[in-house]
Amino acid sequence: MAERALFVATRQLLERLGAAVTARIWRLGFASRFFLYMILHSGVAFRRFWLTVREIYFAGVLSLIIILVSGLFVGMVLGLQGYDTLQRYGSSEALGILVALSLVRELGPVVAGLLFASRAGSAITAEIGLMKATEQIAAMEMMAVDPVARVVAPRFWAGVISMPLLAAMFSAMGIFGGYLVGVQLIGVDEGAFWSQMQASVDFREDIMNGVIKSVVFGVAVTWIAVFEGYDAAPTAEGVSGATTRTVVTSSLAILALDFILTALMFTGGNAR
Amino acid sequence: MASPDVVAIENLSFGYEPTRPVLHGVNLRIGRGKVVGIMGQSGCGKTTLLRIIAGALRPSAGAARVLGEVVNQLDSAGIFALRRKMGMLFQFGALFTDMTAYENVAFQMREHTDLPPDLIHDLALLKLEAVGLRGAAHLMPSELSGGMARRVALARAIALDPQLILYDEPFTGLDPISLGAIARLIRRLNDSLGATSVVVSHDVQECFDIVDYVYMVSAGRVVAEGTPQELRRSGEPFVHQFVHGEPDGPIPFHYPAPGYAADLDVGAAHG
Amino acid sequence: MKRSTIDLWVGAFVAAAFGALLFLALKVGNLAAFSTAQTYVVQAKFANIGGLKVRAPIKSAGVVVGRVTEVRFDNESYEAIVTFNIEGRYQFPRDTSAKVLTSGLLGEQYVGLEAGGDGVMLKSGDRLRLTQSAVVLENLISQFLYNKAAEGKEEKAGK
Repeated sequence: MAERALFVATRQLLERLGAAVTARIWRLGFASRFFLYMILHSGVAFRRFWLTVREIYFAGVLSLIIILVSGLFVGMVLGLQGYDTLQRYGSSEALGILVALSLVRELGPVVAGLLFASRAGSAITAEIGLMKATEQIAAMEMMAVDPVARVVAPRFWAGVISMPLLAAMFSAMGIFGGYLVGVQLIGVDEGAFWSQMQASVDFREDIMNGVIKSVVFGVAVTWIAVFEGYDAAPTAEGVSGATTRTVVTSSLAILALDFILTALMFTGGNAR
Repeated sequence: MASPDVVAIENLSFGYEPTRPVLHGVNLRIGRGKVVGIMGQSGCGKTTLLRIIAGALRPSAGAARVLGEVVNQLDSAGIFALRRKMGMLFQFGALFTDMTAYENVAFQMREHTDLPPDLIHDLALLKLEAVGLRGAAHLMPSELSGGMARRVALARAIALDPQLILYDEPFTGLDPISLGAIARLIRRLNDSLGATSVVVSHDVQECFDIVDYVYMVSAGRVVAEGTPQELRRSGEPFVHQFVHGEPDGPIPFHYPAPGYAADLDVGAAHG
Repeated sequence: MKRSTIDLWVGAFVAAAFGALLFLALKVGNLAAFSTAQTYVVQAKFANIGGLKVRAPIKSAGVVVGRVTEVRFDNESYEAIVTFNIEGRYQFPRDTSAKVLTSGLLGEQYVGLEAGGDGVMLKSGDRLRLTQSAVVLENLISQFLYNKAAEGKEEKAGK
């Protein structure tokens, strides 16, 4: 008797699991078609570039404070922690290399991406979700204006453009923070700090790869943000759930993509 | 003799899910220049009907002819072209919250026409003047009262002088003064534009004052139709209950429940 | 927000971002180094290049004078062929020797050029005749052990 109950419970669990996975895959397919549609209808976002510029203000410029302050603090912490470890091996002059490479290759794109997802991504989702809930999207469709072209695409391209810019500023700010702590505060030799950094940070290998990463993150985060907003249920719970999903899914996507991109770019160097 | 119908719904059926149909074999006709009301309880399918006329939903059976086109057979380009000739007022206005009242009204002109900015300026102010809100042109939707927002949305709906205007519950949540204003505007704009209007509502008082003909919908079917006077005099139970606002009748007061005594006894046993 | 204010802020934003990118490229990275210099191509064969990678520096007297551009395996001589670019303003004699050296003790490998005495200079496409392969750590250790073992035997024989 107990065996029967266990069997039924297990089967139900598996059924629910299967349904959940199928639902997610279906949603991913829907999101992909949405992505393609948005790309194909992006003409307006560029012909009337003012629409995109306006969104760059809301997504990029308004994220600037949090990006710069966070970058500064991350750089300063890198300086402190890096010095603490390096000076044990007598390599404290490599602090510049440590700070610069950590930021440019990884922390710049990733942390800036996570911050962008929580600040700008959630704002975009909430905005589009609310427009849907208050029938503004339906009204636009009734007026024969494609809301995906007019509302969604400019926000998407604004995110893709803003992301690498923010990541670059994050990295620059972080290096400055590392400089402040390492050279000014602790007393690492200023000349060694910069010269060793310059000798080891390669423009193409490190900086450009970091930029490529941040562009990929920008595409992923903004795509998730606009899709969740557009697909949100037109209620208060729907919009709040969508905003939460944007932040969670974007963060996971950034970290997963970071692994994939790092594996492609930074290892297997000799295999080229 | 008979003017060609602007809207003709023939034997239309629709359901959001195949197992739960919302509309069953609906037939109705709306003549040119008329203001027609579609009335019924909440959830009877009248807003769905409006969405089908606007081409936002596709019926599972039957046809919807609007302005000479069979809406359910049009592709998206065709629907977009058709919608340029239609205007729709949404339930709470649905104004674009990031634009001023003026920009809301000018939206369609900017998107669909190549008119120079000065001309658009004059035309938009003309529409706002028609609804009495030219002085509020610079205000954002959050600064407008409910009635004012509804009127701006009305000005936006008629921005391109549409031939068919659809109203989704235009009287919901308005104070008596705004109610009167909107009702009068619906009639006056319809007549001055030479357009046709469809008003979906459950506000009997205001609706009957302005419409030429009414279709009553209940549970997805047209149960009665006629002029307001005919419906007021009607002895048909549902119509009578609806028009006179009686709490009990064909639509029961009590939601279906098991016997009262049995329920109380069960309560006592558990208590 | 007025249109012009937004434009101003976005313009400032993009300008600041490009400033950051420029800072990263020039002050942090090594872009200023070799982007537009005139270079000529030279080849060298090595029995073992160790861990030499493409884009490794070519140094002479400790100064970077070029970069490795290609590393290939020659199936006939079973040696490695390394191709590199040397900056045009540095001329080296034809009998210059190339060694694969390591920066620091366990750092990355680079090619060190030692100028010879020949009057004729290298031209683009020439091959260096004198090369010395990388020191492979394992060979070094086994050599050391072998020497130590030989010394031990001598001592025993000497007793």
